Amino acid sequence: MIKSIRLYFLFVKMHLKSMMSHKTSFFLNTMGQFLVSFNVFLGVYFMMSRFHQVKGFTYEEILLCFALFLLAFTVAETVFRSLDTFNHIIGNGEFDRILVRPHNPVYLVLCSKVELARMGRFLQALVMLVYAVKTGTVVWTPGRIMAACLMVICGTVVFAAIYLIFASICFFTLEGLEFMNVFTDGAREYGKYPIGVYGKTMLTICTYVVPFALFQYYPFLYIIGRADHDWYALLPLLSCLFLVPAVLLWNYGLTHYQSTGS
Amino acid sequence: MKKYISFFRIRFTNGLQYRTAALSGMVTQFFWGAMEILLFKAFYEAAPEQFPMEFSALATYVWLQQAFLTLYLAWVWENELFQTITTGDVAYELCRPVSLYNMWFARGLAFRLSKASLRCMPVLIFAWFLPAPYGLTLPHDISTWLLTILSMVLGLLFVTAFGMVVYLSAFYTISTQGTKLVISSLSEFLSGAVIPLPFLPPKLGRIFSLLPFASAQNVPFRIFGGDLKGDAIVTSLALQVFWFLMFLMIGRMMERHALKRVVVQGG
Repeated sequence: MIKSIRLYFLFVKMHLKSMMSHKTSFFLNTMGQFLVSFNVFLGVYFMMSRFHQVKGFTYEEILLCFALFLLAFTVAETVFRSLDTFNHIIGNGEFDRILVRPHNPVYLVLCSKVELARMGRFLQALVMLVYAVKTGTVVWTPGRIMAACLMVICGTVVFAAIYLIFASICFFTLEGLEFMNVFTDGAREYGKYPIGVYGKTMLTICTYVVPFALFQYYPFLYIIGRADHDWYALLPLLSCLFLVPAVLLWNYGLTHYQSTGS
Repeated sequence: MKKYISFFRIRFTNGLQYRTAALSGMVTQFFWGAMEILLFKAFYEAAPEQFPMEFSALATYVWLQQAFLTLYLAWVWENELFQTITTGDVAYELCRPVSLYNMWFARGLAFRLSKASLRCMPVLIFAWFLPAPYGLTLPHDISTWLLTILSMVLGLLFVTAFGMVVYLSAFYTISTQGTKLVISSLSEFLSGAVIPLPFLPPKLGRIFSLLPFASAQNVPFRIFGGDLKGDAIVTSLALQVFWFLMFLMIGRMMERHALKRVVVQGG
């Protein structure tokens, strides 16, 4: 286990070095990530400065929710991005090479790519978080700090599960399915507001089908002191169960994998 | 003229090839549109008096935006064109007895049109069936229809002419990654793709609507939804014509200047 972690960091170092050999490109990519999500932030800012509140949430509260959600998404995207481009890994025969190596294939796929350029977005999420914590009215009890940490950690796990499902589907289709973006890019785009804002139907879907609300909406209600029950703070842990079907699907796909022949 | 129409046709049929991509793009767009409308609905319920346009006009704006996404999207670039310039392949293009600008302009138009024509109808029909005020509200008078179409054409011409300036800038900067990034994200916000321009603070909104970026999707979609009326339509259309001609002129000047300096080194 410790060996694997050390190996992973060696890979990270290698990716970092290879990226640093094209500094301008790396810098521009980071800036691009920043600009894209900065546009989203501007949208939130101007909407909130016109309406002041939405479904009872204030600007600072929305910003807090947005920042925590974006943190989770960015960490997941940095680490698990290689699963998002899994169709290429299958397509060019890279996966066949991975299968002959003496380690877990998922782990090796993850090692093959680390998207450090996503740091641009990470930075923005951090700035928003600091601003929201400083100007907001939330009193930070240990329980609330824990809920915030759970939101980020379990959020990362759920996104990882989505990426894994995405990759598993590639075993059968051999091609990426663009509509899967709805769950990743769509979530990033619309997770900026607490999911309850989108109405009851959306909330139900995001609770029972894809558990976005379990790690975003409910613990967030707890943090701002609007939760009906205190156990809302622990719901993110439940959302991690989403990993189970994802892993099952991956294993199923893996046993059915026949090389693409390239 | 005939040769440019052929270039247009080649690119157009080429763009029609990607049907599966269009299909899954459509699914994404249904979802995107629905979420956008749910979000605005929440804001509408929060403070209806703060809403700067009719809710039906907003819903129409969102659905048109989704249906014609690729027509005005800031992130649509033909990387091939950048590459022809940076690799020097542009020399081959210059051997042809056609004007570089016109050829690429025709290509650009066809590229955007072909992508949009594949996916616009299903989205529009779906949106039309949605209950009012969440769906597409069709205007009653024929003049609004005609003005919208006129404005959409002007918007497309402007976007293509604007894109040409960015493509041609590759003659000067060679690496266009940075320019592309900054221009795309700027125009995404300033054209009203993130939130419609009326939702901005009034002063800022007025300034933005004078900028070239507002001449793309902002005008036709707001005319169709009935948000722009009377004199405002005339001013906006005039601005669209002005910015189109402006960028057409800049592009042509850049073409002439760049081709005068260009040195083909053989090979």
